[in-house]
Amino acid sequence: MVDLSKLYSMNRLYYVLLAIGGLSVLGGAYAVFMMEHHGHIISGMNNQIVWGMPHVFAIFLIVAASGVLNVASIGSVFGKAVYKARAPLASLLSLAMLAGGLAVLMLDLGRPDRIIVAATNYNPTSVFAWNVVLYSGMFSLVIVYLWTMMERRMNPFNKAAGLAVFIWRFVLTTGTGLIFAFLTARQAYGSALLPPMFIVLSFAWGLAVFHVVQKVIYAWNEKALDPAILQRTKNLLGVFIVGSLYMVATYHFTNMYFAQQKGFELFILRDGGIYPNLFWWGYVVFGNVLPLLLIYFPGLGKTKCVMVASMLVVLGAFALLYVFIIGGQAYPLNIFPGYEVSSTFADGQIASYTPSIYEFLLGFGGLAIAFLITTVSVRVLNFMPQDKPYISD
Amino acid sequence: MSDIDTQRRQFLKTSAGAAAIAIAPGMMLYQTAHGDTAEASSKVRWGMLIDTAQCKEGCNDCVTACNKENGLSGKTGTTDSQWIRKIEIKDISNGHTVSLPMMCQHCEHPPCVDVCPTNASFKRADGIVLVDRHLCIGCRYCMMACPYKARSFVHETLEDQNPDVPRGKGTVEACSLCVHRIDKGQIPACAEACQNKAILFGDLNDANSEIHKKVRSVATVQIRADLQLNPGVRYQGL
Repeated sequence: MVDLSKLYSMNRLYYVLLAIGGLSVLGGAYAVFMMEHHGHIISGMNNQIVWGMPHVFAIFLIVAASGVLNVASIGSVFGKAVYKARAPLASLLSLAMLAGGLAVLMLDLGRPDRIIVAATNYNPTSVFAWNVVLYSGMFSLVIVYLWTMMERRMNPFNKAAGLAVFIWRFVLTTGTGLIFAFLTARQAYGSALLPPMFIVLSFAWGLAVFHVVQKVIYAWNEKALDPAILQRTKNLLGVFIVGSLYMVATYHFTNMYFAQQKGFELFILRDGGIYPNLFWWGYVVFGNVLPLLLIYFPGLGKTKCVMVASMLVVLGAFALLYVFIIGGQAYPLNIFPGYEVSSTFADGQIASYTPSIYEFLLGFGGLAIAFLITTVSVRVLNFMPQDKPYISD
Repeated sequence: MSDIDTQRRQFLKTSAGAAAIAIAPGMMLYQTAHGDTAEASSKVRWGMLIDTAQCKEGCNDCVTACNKENGLSGKTGTTDSQWIRKIEIKDISNGHTVSLPMMCQHCEHPPCVDVCPTNASFKRADGIVLVDRHLCIGCRYCMMACPYKARSFVHETLEDQNPDVPRGKGTVEACSLCVHRIDKGQIPACAEACQNKAILFGDLNDANSEIHKKVRSVATVQIRADLQLNPGVRYQGL
């Protein structure tokens, strides 16, 4: 006989999850209303730190949204069956995180009510304007891609759609990296290394998010993931972590070689208080070294280890983005090279920043949007990976 | 002529008169609001030459004048707008100190204009870099891109604005070179207020202008000239 009580409790849990997600979205909406009403004065942002906590959340979500599609691409473009079975879930996660990230980015604007202006007045030299096209294009493409996977009659177009998504997301993450790469005057940014760095980071962050969600979905359906599959994807995560660590290290090494960048590097890596702490402890140790140990250390690397490793990678991502975005602005802009400067506008001073509760509410609101889209979709549609009884590749 | 024709003619006359009376004040107000609609000329390149030898440390007259002219509060908190600020710089190698005003440098190739997604940041034909407050969505990308930190974001509701200089919460703003004064044939408020005549304003392209002659005859520098933005504001004595 079917045990109905279990079904009921699962049902209840689903609505509890919806309520938690819904409340978080409401919290975000409240923050937006407050910032609209009072202005950004209630945020921690100011004229020196112009992009703050909401941007950390938004950029994480957008970069991870692109990276999670790696799972789909390995399936659709490179024909690996294990990954192909996971392509629908990866696409869903991509849509969900893109929606969450874009919502945060748009609602943090000084005039979110004018968002339509971004579509009617288009500046072709602005990377932001390019990204308007890249993000909306990505959204539509992934929907089409999902359609080719979930509708049998559309299956023949799956390969083409997969290839299009594969190319598009590279361009998209390049666009995200370029937002910073084009800032020539700022010591922290203005490097051609940033777009490839963001691409490699996206691989690790996307796969980490995928691991966590996949584990939850398997648990929800009372299934156990085939250890052989976990073995493959966890090794891939390990490679991505090493790759992203390499890119970040290269970025800092090249900077340190330039005498003019030395002050900035010392600030970020040694003297900057919270920033070097977050960088070394948050990003390097907890976000990379520990996950690598959990994945590769003999005797470890089991399901739980991979889960913890994935969650640590996500935490490390937030630490790195905080250092990159906020630390990058906190270090004073070098307007007069070779001079000591002071003014009423914080010239020559390390800018201070304390994120306010509204920024966190907005950021978590974005996460909650992604969470809600995923939870509802997984419940109403079949996103459970369907593995074949054997692994063909 | 029939009676009906006369009546019709009378009706049309009265209507035309009434319409003219109704529209006329509107037209006049439109004219007043838009003032001289002559377009800015690309033959002109407005600019400034700042003589740092004449700029006194501790003197804040240009800043005060700017705040008054543009309706800024004059407060210097981290979220307050500062369109012009005094910077004290000290040469690390020899300890030589200089005081100078810093504001939007009105670049020929302004990074703020390049990065603005909505064309809200724009450069007028006569070289003045401005923000269209109706198009600005408040993304602050221009603030990230400006090498001079010349821009401020309006963090809270504004009161007591100068009607000539509309500003708005949630948008970005910066020195407009007092464009509203220039269009009336006046010079920017900071240049007018400087008692030591440290700020020389004029048309860099006009061979007969004082600024043109001065830039040709004395050594001047552009701040962060390495970026090759060709700012319209130049400094002497740096």
